[in-house]
Amino acid sequence: MNTETIATPAKPKKPKEDLFSPKNRRLLYDPLNDTNPITVQVLGICSALAVTVKMKPSIVMALAVIVVCAFSNVIISSIRNIIPNRIRIIVQLIIVATMVILVDQFLKAFVFDVSKQLSVFVGLIITNCIIMGRLEAFAMANKPWPSFLDGIGNGFGYGLILVIVSMIRELFGSGELMGYRIIPDSIYKMGYFNNSLVIMPPMALIIVGILIWIQRNRNRKLIESN
Amino acid sequence: MEHVNIFIKAIFIENMIFAYFLGMCSYLAISKTVKSAVGLGLAVIFVLLISVPVCYLLEKYVLKAGALEWVSPDFATIDLSFLSFIMFIATIASIVQLVEMIVEKYAPALYTSLGIFLPLIAVNCSILGGALFMQEREYATLGEATVFGFGSGVGWFLAIVALSAIREKLRYSNIPAPLRGLGITFILTGLMAIAFMSFMGITL
Repeated sequence: MNTETIATPAKPKKPKEDLFSPKNRRLLYDPLNDTNPITVQVLGICSALAVTVKMKPSIVMALAVIVVCAFSNVIISSIRNIIPNRIRIIVQLIIVATMVILVDQFLKAFVFDVSKQLSVFVGLIITNCIIMGRLEAFAMANKPWPSFLDGIGNGFGYGLILVIVSMIRELFGSGELMGYRIIPDSIYKMGYFNNSLVIMPPMALIIVGILIWIQRNRNRKLIESN
Repeated sequence: MEHVNIFIKAIFIENMIFAYFLGMCSYLAISKTVKSAVGLGLAVIFVLLISVPVCYLLEKYVLKAGALEWVSPDFATIDLSFLSFIMFIATIASIVQLVEMIVEKYAPALYTSLGIFLPLIAVNCSILGGALFMQEREYATLGEATVFGFGSGVGWFLAIVALSAIREKLRYSNIPAPLRGLGITFILTGLMAIAFMSFMGITL
């Protein structure tokens, strides 16, 4: 008991935490690898499978998710103390839905062709579990600034996987990247075919599975017990 | 007969998981044991069974272009369909909240094992997806919409129970360590989805 009191001396008034203190920076970097929303937390899979056929829509989707995630985190976190626990889901969803409608209108105004390609999936950002999951798990218990960083970090972690998967699928599925032809015609003449299986949604699952395999092979502490 | 067709179609041909990949997150995360998979599956069936007809009524009497005519003929030109996202999600969220309270009260063990994924049913894409498909396909009657909601729920239930049964068996097999857990589950789901693709093209 004595040692305990020595180990924790009377705390002086908590110094104001640096905006980019190591703890806050962790919030930003961790979701890229250790707590990646897709490969570790299992959040936001549906859209990851559906929009990753081409790179361009997946980049737009990733940006939309980053924006929605960061700002809804901030809003929820700043009103977290006045939300009654019983109706928190409704409150969270209404805020997320409002953010998504804003993003949807923005996309329609400035990048109409991409917005058409994404179709219902912009609407489905509302039900993207990354956003709800982070609201429930982080923003409801933390201050606005860390929540903002957490939102940005998780958005980027999600975007990273999206970009990798869509790169693989677009390259092997249609021989292009961002709409530019990568695999030259001469190879097609030698008898090479685009792999149309890669464009099918089941292949996206298998690609993500393999990504998880590679990631856990490099990062052994993520390995699960069974 | 029409109802049976819609039911079978919703379960097998247009399976929420294997054909549209909706509701993946909780599907992958809660499928470790058959017991909790059954619990979550039943909750999803219940929520879909209630929310799809409710959204159908909303769509028919409030949101669709000219739907407000029953209030007064002056409203015949009003089109509120841009509100459908927010209306549907609010309906779904309140139903989920209801389910959460019921489960917490009557099945506390299930409540703890579902954890964060119970509130996440609200954002289970299959629920909103069900409501949006209902809107898109313009089912003619309330009965058809209900059957569609129920069928989609049953399809989801079947998928998660099948996966969890496989995963329980997998526990005894020797999988490369980094692939254990999530990785092999993804690949399994991919293979199951390829198998389910054989139902595509069947017209009922």
